[in-house]
Amino acid sequence: MKLAMPVNEKDMKTEICVSFGRSPYFLFYDTDTEEGTFIDNSAAASSGGAGIKAAQIIVDNNAGALLTPRCGENAANVLKSADINLYKTEGVSVTENIEAFIDGKLSLLDEIHEGFHGHGGN
Amino acid sequence: MRIAVLSGKGGTGKTLVSVNLAAAAGSSTYIDCDVEEPNGHLFFKPKAVQVEEISVGVPAVDNTLCNGCRKCVDFCKFNALAYVKDSLIIFEEICHSCGGCMMFCPVEALKETEKVIGTVENGMSDQVRVQTGILNPGEVSGVPIIKRLIGESNPASKEELTLIDCPPGSACVVMESIKDANYCILVAEPTLFGAHNLDMVHELVELFQKPFGVVLNKCIEGENPSEKYCVEKGIRILGRIPYDAELGKLNSNGEIAARKSEKYNAIFSSLLKTVRQEVQHETASDS
Amino acid sequence: MKQLLILSGKGGTGKTTIASAFIKLSDARVYADCDVDAPNLHLITKQNAEPEKSDYFGLPIAEINPQICIECDQCRRNCRFDAIKVDGIYKVDPYACEGCGVCEALCPTDAIVLKPAVAGELMLYASQQEVFSTAQLKMGSGTSGKLVTEVKKQMKSAAVDAQYAIIDGSPGIGCPVIASLSGVDLVLIVAEPSMSGLSDMERIIETARKFGTKTAVCINKYDTNLQITERIEDFCERQGLDFAGRIPFDWEAVKAINMGRTIVDINCPSGNATKKIYHKTMELLYDES
Repeated sequence: MKLAMPVNEKDMKTEICVSFGRSPYFLFYDTDTEEGTFIDNSAAASSGGAGIKAAQIIVDNNAGALLTPRCGENAANVLKSADINLYKTEGVSVTENIEAFIDGKLSLLDEIHEGFHGHGGN
Repeated sequence: MRIAVLSGKGGTGKTLVSVNLAAAAGSSTYIDCDVEEPNGHLFFKPKAVQVEEISVGVPAVDNTLCNGCRKCVDFCKFNALAYVKDSLIIFEEICHSCGGCMMFCPVEALKETEKVIGTVENGMSDQVRVQTGILNPGEVSGVPIIKRLIGESNPASKEELTLIDCPPGSACVVMESIKDANYCILVAEPTLFGAHNLDMVHELVELFQKPFGVVLNKCIEGENPSEKYCVEKGIRILGRIPYDAELGKLNSNGEIAARKSEKYNAIFSSLLKTVRQEVQHETASDS
Repeated sequence: MKQLLILSGKGGTGKTTIASAFIKLSDARVYADCDVDAPNLHLITKQNAEPEKSDYFGLPIAEINPQICIECDQCRRNCRFDAIKVDGIYKVDPYACEGCGVCEALCPTDAIVLKPAVAGELMLYASQQEVFSTAQLKMGSGTSGKLVTEVKKQMKSAAVDAQYAIIDGSPGIGCPVIASLSGVDLVLIVAEPSMSGLSDMERIIETARKFGTKTAVCINKYDTNLQITERIEDFCERQGLDFAGRIPFDWEAVKAINMGRTIVDINCPSGNATKKIYHKTMELLYDES
């Protein structure tokens, strides 16, 4: 399964980014092949609707799940329509969160915040 | 004669001045462009009110026609569209109604639908035509409502007086409100904040090259930072309205002072005369 | 970090006067001014050092190259914002342009390009002692909502260990207010007892409700109209809103503010009433129920 995570740098040792929509990069990690790919998040520079565009990127890269500290309602809407589950990250370590997911220790992200309604956000 | 009444700071007396000048004139038009918090109608209590809904265009998709090319998703600068599992998701509240997605869809799968964002209400209060713009809470921009208000008002003659009550500040909604004005009245209060924000809105009217003058409101004894500002900048002071508990009470109860009190009828009539003279003086050089 | 936002709906009710008093009373180390259109808080909080300034880019603005333009009029006809005018040559009105890109895409000769545009300036005063985030929107700009969000973001990234932050909001119910409501733990609405004040208060409460924010109300200059003060209190009770208290009209307050001081820097009726409201508000801010 392909996991998606918002991250601060293009390095497995990096931290999970506090924001989803405006994260500088995304990590796509394949739990079967144990390979990770980093891409730039083109949504970060958007004036508004960054979460929506970021969610589109996650969908287009065929992720099965998104691991993130938080997510706005418009982005969550897009991800749910694509049947992508959202999991709440614990702490900031990428590798620890991947392990926790594989061990079934991460819980689903319940609190979807109301978003910034197209006004830019963090 | 279209006169916009504005101030950088909120609560200085834009509505007090615009409502009372319109009332003192007898026959006039009063337009409330503070669509987020319209207050003029609370004073005028207009009758025979006609309500018009104002809507903006947002796209709606026919998923049977949509071929998933995603031209719309890629075009939208506001990220109001997403394409997931062979269907298009449209985020109406993010949409800026630019029409681009509909224009560029190669299979005409997107059609425009209307989303109501507020209303314009037209009524009469004695001889004053009262036009109020109201933005629905939760909507982000009142600009389309202001455009309708300003565009709709077409007085019979150039002599007929129109007072435009503007929103506070100097953002796009204010600019929209003063666009067609012949003259601007800046209302300032005698406080530190008032003078600071007067400077801001002064810059705005200069940018728009609108002739203007200042009305000093809530004047009290002692130094008036806003008056000081006007003197320093050589700005015409049109009048001074003293701080007065009686006026405050009338105003806070939603009463039009110029209609309820002879004293205030005289004050606002006099102010109106000064303003008319100023406008004539300014526009004389235009004609 | 808990966030307290002070709003009013109507302008001139006393947001900044009260916010500055709260900042003084709580010895708040983190605060922000989200009234980016007409920021005033800095006039009272008076910072010592120079802030870190950064340009704020709003929506890009279209620019027409008159040398390539063939005046086909497609851009003007299709611009939903009336942002293209003909004044000898075809020109974009930078105040009306929303950066949608329709003209750029339609132009048959590629004479139109969207270019980044500075719409304001962000200022951050960050030291060991405190973090103060503010901004000034360039006149006539739209996208004030995004600038408000940048002010809050700037505040949050500089304030690492703080317990709470106090945010002075803007009047109205539109874009900048909506942006400031995001992620806030409690909104304190400063109401004015007048017909206008009552009407505006109801609208801002409705807006805060739409965004599910916990809301409390206080009344400033309450003695200027006791009847309406009572109406406001009744309204709060019926709506299940916490009522934080009332402040009397006070000439000393005007004098203090004009001298650039907070109303709790001197001993005056409004300052004393504000102290009580402050305690009540902080209680509500930390009350998890």
